[in-house]
Amino acid sequence: MIAIVDYEAGNLTSVKRGLDYLDIPCRITADAETIRQARGIIFPGVGAAGQAMRTLRRTGLDDLLRERVQRGVPLLGICLGSQILLQSTPENDTRGLELIPGHCRRFAPDLTEAGLPINIPHMGWNAVYGTDKAPFLFSGIGEGTEFYFVHAYYPVPAEPYWLTSTDYGTRFCSVLGREGLWAVQFHPEKSGRPGLALLNNFHDYCRKAH
Amino acid sequence: MLCKRVIPCLDVRDGRLTKGIKFAGNVDIGDPVATARAYYEQGADEIVFYDITASHERRDIMLHVVDRVASQIFIPFSVGGGIRSVEDMRSVLLSGAEKVSVNSAAVKDPDLIRRGAEAFGSQCVVLGMDVLRVEPTGDAPSGYEVVIHGGRERMGMDALEWAREAERLGAGEICLNSIDADGTKDGYELTLTRLVSDAVRIPVIASGGAGNPQHMVEAATSGRASAALIASIVHYGDYTIAGIKELMRQKGVPVRMSW
Repeated sequence: MIAIVDYEAGNLTSVKRGLDYLDIPCRITADAETIRQARGIIFPGVGAAGQAMRTLRRTGLDDLLRERVQRGVPLLGICLGSQILLQSTPENDTRGLELIPGHCRRFAPDLTEAGLPINIPHMGWNAVYGTDKAPFLFSGIGEGTEFYFVHAYYPVPAEPYWLTSTDYGTRFCSVLGREGLWAVQFHPEKSGRPGLALLNNFHDYCRKAH
Repeated sequence: MLCKRVIPCLDVRDGRLTKGIKFAGNVDIGDPVATARAYYEQGADEIVFYDITASHERRDIMLHVVDRVASQIFIPFSVGGGIRSVEDMRSVLLSGAEKVSVNSAAVKDPDLIRRGAEAFGSQCVVLGMDVLRVEPTGDAPSGYEVVIHGGRERMGMDALEWAREAERLGAGEICLNSIDADGTKDGYELTLTRLVSDAVRIPVIASGGAGNPQHMVEAATSGRASAALIASIVHYGDYTIAGIKELMRQKGVPVRMSW
């Protein structure tokens, strides 16, 4: 069973619908015992980082997630979830879970693409490059495949944790982490077949790691 | 580089498509879920549902459609039509839609945009705008006026001003429909599209007038739109979404080609 961590950061049902479609057993949960029993953890999230971190601390889920990762349970952060895995984000001046060294940055308003100012947030489909650095996660998914993004902040991890890159006025990190602890800035559950393939790859990894 | 999006629009009444859709021989003609699924498989980047169910009491039928769509297609989709309150928005989003679009209700009550963005985030709130070309006047100095009820009622509001106001209130995107171009198949209203795209820093979806793939290229280039809405040219099988995107790619427009 995969635990989809519920920490009041947005509607999590779309992730569950994706896993249901793939016949991957999963539960949306905030319950420590359920999360301990899971063979893999998905840490999604949309919304504001400050509120999300406060909820994690209040519920003790912050310590639990750190403990599970230390024990080698595979974890996949999605969108805001991926930003919270870092040391800090300037969004509401928030300290993160510090599972991955690095911080977050907001897209600068003066960035341009094809000579025109970019819209913020970065919303829509964009290509992901450097997938050979996350071979397990991107197994069967072509280099430069587009995924669906919605975000105003982007992760800036320490160099060894910078896996894939995407261009939007600047080159930013779209997948970070290391084997077994991945975080994707895009929404695999909204990225069509390639996104479902990525979720399926994560589940395969969880089965092997178990 | 961010891709330009191609978005088919489906009109739904009482849970069924309102127009006969001929493109796919083996889907239940009239079933919005099967049709959305077929467009998803053809490479649609997003899908717009427009609920024209007249009676407010029958809106639950649409929520059921939304729930089924969300379990079968894994790209973003929005739902518009008859959204009047934050509660209407909530029920659509909880049923699985990524975005909700407001039109007439926001013209009458602009604060609805702010309340929606505050409750769910700007990325969930799309402003639908119907716009008519007019003689530039004090009410509409840009020469484009906001209308509601499919163009029957002129609101005395300048389209550019309304777009800026909606952005300020927290709209995450604008779906810009030209009443003049709608149904002509002569192409999008490019002057209007460019004016609004340049006036705001949120994405603009060009709508109304699509007749061939070259029109989508024009919307994305000279119109500077982030996305193009299409309906009859794919519903009636004149073009496929994959074919449209292939032509856009050949003309140098960045589009998503792997699905």
